[in-house]
Amino acid sequence: MGIEPVDVLLAGLGAIALGAGVLVVSTRHIVRAGLWLVVTLGATAGLYLVLTAELVAWVQVLLYVGAVVVLLLFAVMLTRAPIGASDDLDRPRWAGLLIGGGAGLGLAALLVDAYRWSRVESPRTGTGAEQIGAEVFRTWVLPFEVLSVLLLAALIGAIVISRPDIGSRPDNRSEIGRQESRRES
Amino acid sequence: MHPVIPYVVAAGLFGLGCYGVLVRRNAVLLLMAVELMLNAVNLVFVTADTTVRAALPHSGQVFALFVIVLAAAEVGVGLAIVLQLYRLRRSVVVDEVLLDEKIDDVAGLDNDETARHAAPGPTGAAR
Repeated sequence: MGIEPVDVLLAGLGAIALGAGVLVVSTRHIVRAGLWLVVTLGATAGLYLVLTAELVAWVQVLLYVGAVVVLLLFAVMLTRAPIGASDDLDRPRWAGLLIGGGAGLGLAALLVDAYRWSRVESPRTGTGAEQIGAEVFRTWVLPFEVLSVLLLAALIGAIVISRPDIGSRPDNRSEIGRQESRRES
Repeated sequence: MHPVIPYVVAAGLFGLGCYGVLVRRNAVLLLMAVELMLNAVNLVFVTADTTVRAALPHSGQVFALFVIVLAAAEVGVGLAIVLQLYRLRRSVVVDEVLLDEKIDDVAGLDNDETARHAAPGPTGAAR
């Protein structure tokens, strides 16, 4: 029943992640929501490190904190979001509180009931890139290849969506281009 | 190590993401809330991988990596859609998107000016 140092680390990082997560979904500044998301994802990367998943932790820092958050901040800037606080970011809260709170508390109750205060010996060594790589290319080769096809599809899809001259009907094409140039100016 | 701690954290993160998706009106904030939910799922994967002795070792971490890649692809396409929405509407508030609208109405946002531009050409007849 004792509290180990690992537990203290897990609880502390989890508290940071949850606190920053609350701010992500409740702050009235759009840019600050993105920056609190960095804190949440960073604390989760710390949790992965404590759980001895080294490679996942560093990939999380690289891909989530590096790429995804930068993309989201780009989206904030390109849509000319208001810099200061804005009051019209949220709809009425009761439905979200009901469903979100229900999902969170329900899942938490389920997991607490399943695991109680059971104790697991932490692994002695971390899981580095070598073991993960062996596992990916031995057992999970097919999903890995499918994932690469999916990435290609997402890439092409993003390009097709964001170019106005692809996919529109021929009679619309010239007009959309003209509206574009007019709005730019 | 008590595995219940990270599990409860993951459940809380998922609930927060759910709340954010339902409450936020800005499309970019919606994407951030979806990231929170994906992150909670990843935390469950990694915790289970560390604490449960499985027939295939480290499958949970491999799946967490797959989910991270999926999230990156999702944000890329999501950003393209949000930018296209902003280009058409000058706003990314998801409440104001009418799903049963025809494309002609969207393209003709500033109708008078479009008509003036398009009137001499054959493109004006299509409208």
